[in-house]
Amino acid sequence: MIHFDNISKIYRNNTPVLKDINFSIDRGEFISIVGHSGAGKTTLLKILLAEERPTDGDVFFDSVRIHHLPRSEMVRFRQRVGTIFQDFRLLSNKTAYENIAFAMEAAGRTDDEIETDVPNVLELVDLGEQMWSFPHELSGGEKQRVAIARAIVNQPDVIIADEPTGNLDPINTYEIVQILKKINDLGATVMLTTHNKGVVDSIGRRVITMERGKIIRDDQKGKYAL
Amino acid sequence: MWTDFKRIVRTGFVHFIRNGIVSIAPILIMTVTLFVVGSLIFMNALLDTTLEQIQNRVDVNIYFNSAADDGDVLAIKNSLDALAEVASVEYVSREQARDDFRERHKDDYLALQALEELDENPFPAALNVRAKETSQYESIARFLESRNALSTGGEIIIDKINYYQNKTVIDRLTKVINGAEKLGFAVTAVMALISVVIVFNTILLTIYVSREEISVMNLVGATPRYIRGPFIIEGMLYGIIASIIVMIFFYPATNWLGAITEEFFGGANIFDYYIGNFGRILGIITGSGILLGTLSSVLAVAKYLHR
Repeated sequence: MIHFDNISKIYRNNTPVLKDINFSIDRGEFISIVGHSGAGKTTLLKILLAEERPTDGDVFFDSVRIHHLPRSEMVRFRQRVGTIFQDFRLLSNKTAYENIAFAMEAAGRTDDEIETDVPNVLELVDLGEQMWSFPHELSGGEKQRVAIARAIVNQPDVIIADEPTGNLDPINTYEIVQILKKINDLGATVMLTTHNKGVVDSIGRRVITMERGKIIRDDQKGKYAL
Repeated sequence: MWTDFKRIVRTGFVHFIRNGIVSIAPILIMTVTLFVVGSLIFMNALLDTTLEQIQNRVDVNIYFNSAADDGDVLAIKNSLDALAEVASVEYVSREQARDDFRERHKDDYLALQALEELDENPFPAALNVRAKETSQYESIARFLESRNALSTGGEIIIDKINYYQNKTVIDRLTKVINGAEKLGFAVTAVMALISVVIVFNTILLTIYVSREEISVMNLVGATPRYIRGPFIIEGMLYGIIASIIVMIFFYPATNWLGAITEEFFGGANIFDYYIGNFGRILGIITGSGILLGTLSSVLAVAKYLHR
């Protein structure tokens, strides 16, 4: 489904961030990418999201080179990918409901669909009561659950989660991991970056370990090994 | 398409209301800008009225000799009327000229007595010619010098044309009018440019606060049109609100200045101009506000709207 083909990234100051990254992800997989800070995990995700271009190589999504997509196709590609970030990236001037509705509006969904699906997905992440709260009125865990609801509401093919538990306490971390596993069980491919050993070990699925921009391990049923 | 449009408009309004204090800065700056635009409209109107009044005081007089009868004079009047440069031609008959003299000197007994002692009317018939532009008097004078105008049946009937006596004054006035018009245009252009730059930078700063928001919108797959739309609506709202403030402010301001301008500019009352041209001024101010807000928003969002 996703294939990283000889991806390298060198920043303008000649700092190499990624070197010859090659791996594939199958549909329905749950893959954790681990590594210390500066290992290149976030850059890898940014390249997959086409927020950054690789210096060399290509990323294929269903056999299509995503960095060569025209703007209109890029919009459609991003609607097939749900994103979750450590800093939540919610729209601060919109309520929880509106943040999720916005993603649906952007995907061209009807008002009726929005009115039905947004409350449902908020119930799914246990936030039915906070539907009309603004981000600044929510706790870190609640914000992350809104971000997850926004990521899954359009039923994307892939969920990309960049350190989603980095700002959360152990209880919220556990809950978020359980939600991600549930999403994966429902058929979505999940790609998670983290340096939380507990999270990786509790998932018990494929683990790619990165160090200084290179893949040093790729274990099908891995553990955190740094 | 219609659903998208409704959503964009609604989101723009909601953003505007929720932005609260952040919206005040661009509205204030745009109010100042539109105030400058409005002031330039009033200044141009005053300048035009003043120049028009000066132009109206300038004319060329053609005096006929005693050989000219009414038919000759009216024939020349008709040929002058046909000229594109001529705004008006006034015929003053010999009798009218004498009556005018009497009226002007009604308190001057000696002058009136001297007139009564003459056997015949000493005043010549005359044509007072007014050109559309002061620069056109020369071509009118040249036309009158031509044989067809000067003679009828081979006889010279024009005694004097006072253009050449007034030429220096008319030429100087033409230069002043042209200079004032050019200066007015240059001042308007420079002020408008400065205003556009200031408004653009203020809106750019307002949207800078939203750059994270724009990147999130990109990530959830919003189209550029969908991202840009609400910001454009916000920009338009800044312009509309600022233009309403300016139009309200101009009412007491022009009312207060009306009497002063009437006295200083010889009859040009700025308040009368404001009331008489309210629709046009409202259109220009609101149109400028909307255009400025829209253009600034489009340019500012484009800065953060990358892939």
